[in-house]
Amino acid sequence: MLKRVHFGPSLLPFALVTPQIIITVVFFIWPAGQAVYQSLLVEDAFGMHSEFVWFDNFIELFADQSYLDTFYRTLFFSFMVAFTSMTFALVLAAMADRVIKGTLVYRTLLIWPYAVAPVVAGALWMFMFDPTLGIIAYFLGGFGYDWNHRVNGNQAMALIIFAAAWKQISYNFLFFLAGMHAIPRSLIEAAAIDGAGPLRRFRTIVFPLISPTTFFLLVINIVYAFFDTFGIVHAITKGGPGKATEILVFKIYNDGFIGLDLGGSAAQSVILMVFVIALTVVQFRYVEKKVEY
Amino acid sequence: MVENRPFATFISHAILLLGLLVVAFPVWITFVAASYDAVRVVQVPLPLWPGDQFFKNLETVFNVGVGNAREQSVGLMLMNSFIMAIMITTGKIIISMLSAFAIVYFRFPFRMGFFWMIFITLMLPVEVRILPTFSVVADLGMLDTYWGLSIPLIASATATFMFRQVFLTIPDELLEAARIDGAGPMRFFFDILLPLSRTNIAALFVILFIYGWNQYLWPLLVTTDKNMYTIVMGIKQMLEAAEEAPEWHLIMMTTLLAMLPPVIVVVVMQKFFVKGLTETEK
Repeated sequence: MLKRVHFGPSLLPFALVTPQIIITVVFFIWPAGQAVYQSLLVEDAFGMHSEFVWFDNFIELFADQSYLDTFYRTLFFSFMVAFTSMTFALVLAAMADRVIKGTLVYRTLLIWPYAVAPVVAGALWMFMFDPTLGIIAYFLGGFGYDWNHRVNGNQAMALIIFAAAWKQISYNFLFFLAGMHAIPRSLIEAAAIDGAGPLRRFRTIVFPLISPTTFFLLVINIVYAFFDTFGIVHAITKGGPGKATEILVFKIYNDGFIGLDLGGSAAQSVILMVFVIALTVVQFRYVEKKVEY
Repeated sequence: MVENRPFATFISHAILLLGLLVVAFPVWITFVAASYDAVRVVQVPLPLWPGDQFFKNLETVFNVGVGNAREQSVGLMLMNSFIMAIMITTGKIIISMLSAFAIVYFRFPFRMGFFWMIFITLMLPVEVRILPTFSVVADLGMLDTYWGLSIPLIASATATFMFRQVFLTIPDELLEAARIDGAGPMRFFFDILLPLSRTNIAALFVILFIYGWNQYLWPLLVTTDKNMYTIVMGIKQMLEAAEEAPEWHLIMMTTLLAMLPPVIVVVVMQKFFVKGLTETEK
């Protein structure tokens, strides 16, 4: 942690850490503490009176079927986003790893969706699938499939999954490609000499060897789908139709800012915090393991 | 490539090209939609080849505006986004470099305490602490200011960690040599650490610029003044207006403008982008 050679005690290091510590305390630790505190309170709608109720907000949440539905919906959504995006990226990375010419060109053309804001991605997909003038909705209509994500909840869910997965392809592609480049060529060559074809080599050598990357990406994608997709949902569906696409982050925003149920919203935030902390711990343990390799 | 299989190579290229098409298709449609006039764009199906109204639409977007967002210009929103992104980027790089320097190169009381305080911010994304953070910013009177837009997003454990990793790999001999030559801590920081971390700063810049430019929920909450709207928020307002009076050609033009700056940064600084992605996630 500390350098063997270092500077002696003075006031300077305090001055150096002060800006970050002040911002951390004021905008991170204090609000997070507030969220925890508020989650134990019940407040009336005008904010005039509040009462300390211990864990009632949490008990209420877990007894509330609509919250549990949102929870399962979010899990389904994030697994689908992770699965769709990672499968697509894995296939492309495997192909890009095979070809000699043009890897850099393919990479350049595949990385830019990472830079597109979630809301903007939402706008793009919303336009393509617009029930009245979207080009894909039109083609689907030509095949006799009626697309209207404003009415059909499953279609709305599919649309936000597509938009969210599309944005994440670049990230997964880069990591899969880096993972494949790290596999020693001699392993692949030995398998080829033993008569294993490309598919078999992928299944028995490449895929098992990149499993640390796959696991890492799974965690990252789930965290992404949980938190960074607010813009997509807010732009395309606003949680609708009904509550078909209401995910947890959206519900916190909706209950807190629109519904003004501060205690309930804070309790939801605390649950999400616990979830992120758990995922972070899992990921760190995995990173430690990777070092042992 | 291990063996020569021309057919398999052909298939690989074909699949890659197909993948590229799928990935690029949404943006192509946006570009096409931005190149027709209001009448053509709402007739289905939209052609797959662009029309001739692109520059006219570009001019309209800048000079007239879009939908009920007409009173605020797209140019202003682009500038707001740019200022916010740059403030977040430079702010994060400066404060995390300084604190990583203190933590790696100084022995002082509460050093590990500070380290852990920074570390836990990793686990508190803005989405889970929006309400309380919002009230802090409101109490400090920073609503509708650039400070309110950027400062709450500035503290970052990832950047501090990255600089910590970088500093730990710098040989101790450099510090010994600098001290023999009589350099104080800040002199060492500016003359040795800063130049040695140049590529890492560039890598971080790419990642943070995208992060800052693409912020949505936070600007949505802290700005009510139309002159402070960012472009990403502006698009949302336009989409809402689109439900009554769709001006899809102009909305799509704005969408293109909103994604252009971060995409350019990523493509031009590709080498640093890849480095930044792989290093900040460690």
